[in-house]
Amino acid sequence: MMKRGIVIGGGIAGVTAASALAKLGIEVALLEKEPEVGGHLRNWDRLFPSRRKSTEVLQFLTKQINSTISIHTNQKVVSIQEKHGHFVVETEKGLIVEGDSILLATGFELFDASKKEEYGYGIYENVITSVELERMFQDGKGILTQQGTIPKRIGFIHCVGSRDEKVGHLYCSKVCCVTGVKQAIEIKETIPEAEVFGFYMDLRMFDRYFEEMYFEAQQQWGINFIRGRLSECSENPDHSILVKVEDTLTSRPLRMTVDLLVLLVGFIPSAETNQLASMLEIPIGEDGFLEPVDEHTLTNSAQHPGVFLAGALKGPVCISETFADARATAVQMAAYLNPY
Amino acid sequence: MKDFGYSIRKDRQIDYDKNDKRVLHYLEKHEPSILTCIACGSCTATCSAGNFSDFNIRLVQTLFRRGETEPLKLEIRKCMLCGKCQLVCPRGVNMRNMILAIQTAIDKLK
Repeated sequence: MMKRGIVIGGGIAGVTAASALAKLGIEVALLEKEPEVGGHLRNWDRLFPSRRKSTEVLQFLTKQINSTISIHTNQKVVSIQEKHGHFVVETEKGLIVEGDSILLATGFELFDASKKEEYGYGIYENVITSVELERMFQDGKGILTQQGTIPKRIGFIHCVGSRDEKVGHLYCSKVCCVTGVKQAIEIKETIPEAEVFGFYMDLRMFDRYFEEMYFEAQQQWGINFIRGRLSECSENPDHSILVKVEDTLTSRPLRMTVDLLVLLVGFIPSAETNQLASMLEIPIGEDGFLEPVDEHTLTNSAQHPGVFLAGALKGPVCISETFADARATAVQMAAYLNPY
Repeated sequence: MKDFGYSIRKDRQIDYDKNDKRVLHYLEKHEPSILTCIACGSCTATCSAGNFSDFNIRLVQTLFRRGETEPLKLEIRKCMLCGKCQLVCPRGVNMRNMILAIQTAIDKLK
């Protein structure tokens, strides 16, 4: 009898894993809570480091879907029953899907920036998140302040909700640094006369061509990086934002007015990831992400027989890593379903 | 009157909005290699003058970026223009010309 796999989550990891499983001869059902597959990829205009359009990657992703994968959108999982290695998954709308193995790919959510009250998000109109800035690029109506003016000076705040014990996230979200550099360049492309500043603790340009993009940001676009974490900001009568940091390279406090302040928000595990982990009794790490069987050698298998893990539910990852990880997880799952 | 020892001290804050960035703008035009500094401190570690004085050539970069012209004037006078910093710089900043260009820019301010 043909083995059947269930993939929960239709972002990059879920869709890639499902298509890899289909190629390996496994019948797959994919459950996605949103009306469309694609996950967070849909919220990007252009991708780092090359600044290619995100739609190119989305097209690749959707082309991978073939007729052997049954995709169920608008289906949020509410329960999982297991009997003798056979799983029965039920959704909110009463859809029941059965299979011999489960692949979890429920990803991440973004940090709620209003939790850092001293940064003024949700209080001051011209404090926005990197997600909202990305949406402005997507909409193509230009970068404007809430008052409809073209910002002359823009500040990017790195590590919002990351590397911060005060919000309970000691971990680095990994992709915000490079996102900040990408968006800073894009601001300069859109508004060449603007002054752009990045306030950072460390700039972690870990992957291929990231450092080169950082170099380009400095050399070609004149973006100024100031080492110092934002302590607090306040709003001026004209709705511009006054930021206060320590300029750690001069050991002195620094104050500066910006017209637009962009908070680079980090990753947190998604609510679905937590719910599924408790249903399947999969351990959660101290950072809140799921623990695989082994941190080095078996990162694709969950600590539950027949359950596999792909993508950002194991911690922050970028797109290229997610594709590779999802394919690796599919291979692990196929080997479990059809052992030699 | 009893002297309690109180006095008014000068504000230590860098007020970026008020500072004069003309030296920086001059350098952006005449020695653009300064833009790529990552404040690693290799230059300061190898500096001949810095080994025997409080001269910090890495700090020079930060001072002109912030428009701190007064301390900048004093700082660059300590450089001997030996150029060792330029040999170790990982970003290829032309340090000697940076110092000379800062002096030219400062002279132009007068």
